[in-house]
Amino acid sequence: MKLTGAQALIKSLEMESVEVVFGLPGGCILPAYDPLLDSPIRHILVRHEQGAGHMAEGYAHVTGRPGVAMVTSGPAATNMVTPLCDAYMDSVPMVAITGQVGRPFIGTDAFQECDTVGITRSVTKHNELVMDPHELPLIIRQAFHLATTGRPGPVLVDVPKDVLQAEIDWWWPSDADLAASLPGYRPTTKGHPRMIKEAARLIAAAERPVIYAGGGILKARAAEVLLELAETTGIPVVTTLMARGAFPDDHPLCLGMPGMHGNYTAITAMQQSDLLIALGTRFDDRVTGRVGAFAPTAKVVHVDIDPAELGKIRKPDVPIVGDCRQVIGEIVKALRVLAQPGSGVAPPDRTPWRSQLSGWQERFPLHYDPQVEGDALKPQLVMETLRDSAPDETILVSGVGQHQMWASQFWKFNHPYTWVNSGGLGTMGFSVPAAIGAKVGRPDRTVWAVDGDGCFQMTAQELATAASERIPVKVAILNNAYLGMVRQWQEMFYEERYSEVYLSPDLPDYVKWAEAMGCVGIRVEHPEEVQPAIDKANSIDDRPVVIDFRTDAREKVFPMVPAGASNDQVVVHPSQAPGGERFVQ
Amino acid sequence: MSNPRPTHQTLSVVVENRSGVLARVSSLFARRGYNIISLAVAPTDDPAFSRITIVIDIETTSVEQMTKQLFKLVNVIKITELDPSDSVERELLLATVSASGEARSQVVELVGLFDGKIEDVGYSTLTVMLAGDPARLDDLEELLRPYGITELQRTGRVALPRLERQAPRLRNATGKAS
Ligand SMILES: Cc1ncc(C[n+]2csc(CCOP(=O)(O)OP(=O)(O)O)c2C)c(N)n1
Ligand SMILES: [Mg+2]
Repeated sequence: MKLTGAQALIKSLEMESVEVVFGLPGGCILPAYDPLLDSPIRHILVRHEQGAGHMAEGYAHVTGRPGVAMVTSGPAATNMVTPLCDAYMDSVPMVAITGQVGRPFIGTDAFQECDTVGITRSVTKHNELVMDPHELPLIIRQAFHLATTGRPGPVLVDVPKDVLQAEIDWWWPSDADLAASLPGYRPTTKGHPRMIKEAARLIAAAERPVIYAGGGILKARAAEVLLELAETTGIPVVTTLMARGAFPDDHPLCLGMPGMHGNYTAITAMQQSDLLIALGTRFDDRVTGRVGAFAPTAKVVHVDIDPAELGKIRKPDVPIVGDCRQVIGEIVKALRVLAQPGSGVAPPDRTPWRSQLSGWQERFPLHYDPQVEGDALKPQLVMETLRDSAPDETILVSGVGQHQMWASQFWKFNHPYTWVNSGGLGTMGFSVPAAIGAKVGRPDRTVWAVDGDGCFQMTAQELATAASERIPVKVAILNNAYLGMVRQWQEMFYEERYSEVYLSPDLPDYVKWAEAMGCVGIRVEHPEEVQPAIDKANSIDDRPVVIDFRTDAREKVFPMVPAGASNDQVVVHPSQAPGGERFVQ
Repeated sequence: MSNPRPTHQTLSVVVENRSGVLARVSSLFARRGYNIISLAVAPTDDPAFSRITIVIDIETTSVEQMTKQLFKLVNVIKITELDPSDSVERELLLATVSASGEARSQVVELVGLFDGKIEDVGYSTLTVMLAGDPARLDDLEELLRPYGITELQRTGRVALPRLERQAPRLRNATGKAS
């Protein structure tokens, strides 16, 4: 069968079971948009290519399937760089297809030519410029394979216009063709049996163990087996910013989020533990604080599918390369063997550890100054009301800043894949498009984006996409009129010298913005309006809703481990440290 | 002979021989801040693959991290760490040296002592070549310097593991193997 490159591209996407593509056409990718008209694949026309990338990420976060974005060359490709880097940092499976100038023009500074493959090399798991039209189906198949296996990540395929216009004999590469075409790619998924035994031995003997669960748990679909590990051993679990929802917040063994704005118990439990069981996580600086002072007495079992993460920051005592679901399953089995009577292993007494943990939990719960009538609205109150009014399994998406930390702290994540955020790159502007992508992936779920006023202004034109495509996302802007997180740092570390952080509460007018984009806009200034506004938003299902919550700009995120400080120096809420002292353990 | 602790380590990296692979390798080094001393590339006996020989400054760069990160590149097939004491390392040097009058015969003699070659002869300069152990190249370079080196080109080292000549058991007995 003869097909054009463009037809072969779209057919290849169909072969990969792609159901939706986020994109925006232009000169070089134009040929591909023609066969798209005849394809069952849904295309969502974005208003900015960065939006297409974040939508693809949001879709991938909640479905586990690769998100697909398709844009043209030059400026469209460069607009895709931020989402690619975001997906790279957070290991999000994504395939980006970019148009490129025709092969004869490559290297001539032709109109809208840029070195897309060169520019995106360090922010993709892999990328490829298609020079032979016959290879197009293979390269697309490779792209999906690479994006979704091993440590997932973004893959970019750059397709010159004349490759799209060329004629090829259609073929679809077999599994064997695929494997032969990638001789250097063999991710290790099965953990080493000896290491698994060794890990089980350490776990069985530890007196103060903590499970340090990262986003890899979600990527590996390992939430169930993580629960099994925790419950069979009674070991408490911390879930990093990327792993919220991987272990239920309601579970008695859940200690919540560790890190710079984590809760006191999660941070301190890691600091004082004698064994960290690090699963699908990478000892990020926001989690460890000053690395040299991090969890000084802990041995480390580290499981990750990416060998380069083992020993990158912290040298593990037991390194295990493998898929988290497989490895945790094997560890649970090994632990069962050890627990059999006559195995000679006496279980340690963990009661002192448990009581220490619950002591901290009682003394240092998450806390904020209660709302006072007539005072400015507390953002935390908004979060709590949102949480308590949300249907079960609501998907929460956030931007980057204070609101992101409050979202993670105050929500109760009880299901995997209900939290979508930009952890590694910290991309302002992530939430609106990511929420749209999430809602496309899970139309059955309520999707709330919690956004900052600063973040919102970076990508909120995508609300026009949402309205025109009838994607009813809900956006709660915690509008503190500031680049709040930066303001907090200036307040705490720059002697309240506020430099370029004020935005204004009403410029732009967010309600009018929402209405101009075909959404419902609601403004909330007083505490008593919070619940009715949220109820109203939850009842609307035929268009997007934006609520402009005018919140108290003076609120700060606590607890906090200042940048560069050790995790022994948690700054708790002032009311929990009456003398303003830091809690040094 | 007791060597001081080596400051370098050699990686022999087999990659797919296709366009862009060298760029991937070098941009990885730049992106992760790895310091390399030299890099040499050429196709292997199978033209589908190339061998990149990289000499790493191990005082500033972790060989383990570099190896693992390199392995993540989809086009990297195989990486062999070559311990300098367990591998054959060779390099080639070309140098143009001022050599007129008396100096001329001294340079010729010096190059002869090193088993090097005079590859080109000018009125007042000579271009000399030496291939061999990189340390010997360093020595010759230093001895030539006083005469005035006007051009210098070194290839960067290439290396292969030393061949096994003893039975593995014997090596175990000497405590060297692993
Ligand atoms: C694209 C981008 N630019 C700058 C930053 C640095 N930054 C981090 S948080 C923040 C403030 C965000 O303000 P807002 O969206 O209003 O959220 P708030 O902290 O007030 O809740 C800034 C500027 C960033 N993370 N991303
Ligand atoms: Mg703000």
